[in-house]
Amino acid sequence: MSVQESVARAQSTLKEQPWRLFATQIAILVRTEVRRNLFTRRRIWVYLLALIPVLFIGTHDIFSRYHLDPAQIEDDTEVLAGVIQLYYLRLGIFFACMGIFTWLFRGEMVQRTLHYQFLVPVRREVLVVGKFLAGVVISILLFATAVLACFFLIYARFGSAGRFYVFDGPGLAQLGSYLLVTALACIGYGAVFLALSLLFKNPVVPGAMLLGWEAVAPIFPSWAQHLSVTFYLKHLCPVKLPVDGPLAIFTVVAEPVSPFISIFGLLCLTVAIVILSCFLIRRLEVTYTAE
Amino acid sequence: MTPGASQIAFDNVSKFYGEVLGVNKVNFSIEPGITSLVGPNGSGKTTLMNLLTGLIKPSHGAIYVLGLTPQQPIEFFRQVGYCTQFDSFPPGTNGYDFIYWPLRLHGFGHDQATKLTNEALDRAGMTPVARRKVAGYSKGMRQRIRLAQAIAHHPSVLVLDEPLNGLDPMARAESIALFGAIAKQGMHVIISSHILEEVDRISDRVVLMSSGYVVAEGQIKEVRREVRDHPMQILVRCSNAAKLASAAFELDHVVEAKILSDGQSVLVRTRDAEQFSLLLNKIVSAGLVEVDAVAPADDDVNSIYQYLIGSDGGPV
Repeated sequence: MSVQESVARAQSTLKEQPWRLFATQIAILVRTEVRRNLFTRRRIWVYLLALIPVLFIGTHDIFSRYHLDPAQIEDDTEVLAGVIQLYYLRLGIFFACMGIFTWLFRGEMVQRTLHYQFLVPVRREVLVVGKFLAGVVISILLFATAVLACFFLIYARFGSAGRFYVFDGPGLAQLGSYLLVTALACIGYGAVFLALSLLFKNPVVPGAMLLGWEAVAPIFPSWAQHLSVTFYLKHLCPVKLPVDGPLAIFTVVAEPVSPFISIFGLLCLTVAIVILSCFLIRRLEVTYTAE
Repeated sequence: MTPGASQIAFDNVSKFYGEVLGVNKVNFSIEPGITSLVGPNGSGKTTLMNLLTGLIKPSHGAIYVLGLTPQQPIEFFRQVGYCTQFDSFPPGTNGYDFIYWPLRLHGFGHDQATKLTNEALDRAGMTPVARRKVAGYSKGMRQRIRLAQAIAHHPSVLVLDEPLNGLDPMARAESIALFGAIAKQGMHVIISSHILEEVDRISDRVVLMSSGYVVAEGQIKEVRREVRDHPMQILVRCSNAAKLASAAFELDHVVEAKILSDGQSVLVRTRDAEQFSLLLNKIVSAGLVEVDAVAPADDDVNSIYQYLIGSDGGPV
């Protein structure tokens, strides 16, 4: 078969697909999964991961509200950058995505309910996309809210100086960047953990290895760094952290790339991993028993 | 085997879980009507049903359901409904949502899905408790709500794994009537069950399974005939093995009577276990031989065989 014939065949196959049905099914899956996974006792530890910095900053605000100096805004901006770059991107979102995305399929196996998903007229690829998007909605809702709360608590206590920094200074742009980075982190880590949950029965060990890889990736060659989620995120962070010593490995940008390349690169990596998950789901069997 | 568009066909299907055999070299086809899979625990009934519905994949061979395979899920699962044995439900769901949302995934709009949900709940007798959480249901109610979900989209093939488990006698009778009504509409109903009385009463044909193999299949009368031709082994431990063996040999239906090495046991292979039992009773009554123990040597399947044959050759 020639290349032209292959392309023509692929095009006709794509045209024959019931895309409207797929879209409806994805919307229903997202709705069902979000309802099932967002407000549940099982997710309390994820809420805590998201809220720990909010609680710390809030507590700090209560005790330091009488010693405010507008010049301190720059320092607090670096504190916020540290919270987001070193805590949320490295730990909070990482572990939350591990919990949320690995549970999407493994949880169904543990609860012995996966067969219900496999016995409806839904392509397994559609199931993967629907569940992935549900995980993205849940994690972004939690962490974007947490980042917004941190931002508000940091600058609100400065009163008019804080308002000036946010609305007339660089504050709002920084907030936009942080929200973008948070969303991309949820998408990137989510795709990785979804694939790991389909590859391994217990994704915790590969998850720990991934955490290690994300930490040491900056010392590897450039091409290898492109396989790390944080590689793309670091370039989008608006405030450079003045970190020295070994911790600088988490913040240093060895090879600067444009924001467009960062966003596009991470989305490409995500799409590639989700496609891999679509292949993995095809070989998944329901092997739990009725006992 | 060339599967027809109205047939369910297993074409040389085997399934191994690592080194463990699930089913081996299964070859048969199923016509519309009620077909029962019968066999002891571990004989491969659930494996066969899971293979049929694509929950597991065959190690060898292929399965066709009305000309479709589970690799075409949109067309396939519009035709197939499967009520599994798994007694687990999505957390927090109620009976209504348990049926309604899968119907929406079929592509039905809200109105149509609502209508089909109410109809399925009604057929399964679950309407009064539909809005209660499934977690609060009794075992029988959980069984019925699963059945309601399996039939809600009006499938052409209904697969039911132990559907009568946990049901009270009234619910069993109602379910059996429902299966009969569905089969009369020209659908395939495939049932596995241990409750053989009911299987015998409702089935058009049976598939007998043992240790992963199909040992007999066809209409019940044909299977009975097949089983009659299949000698059964009976082990008798007695005071005079030689006398019992010579008496057994005089019966036409006894194929073999072998005295075992302990000198006190006889292994009899007979085509008519009942006639052999009568002989044994006569010998014991006459005081010729004292019998210590009688046991079927091919135990599990034997009990099913005995039931299917029946005491007088007709249905029990």
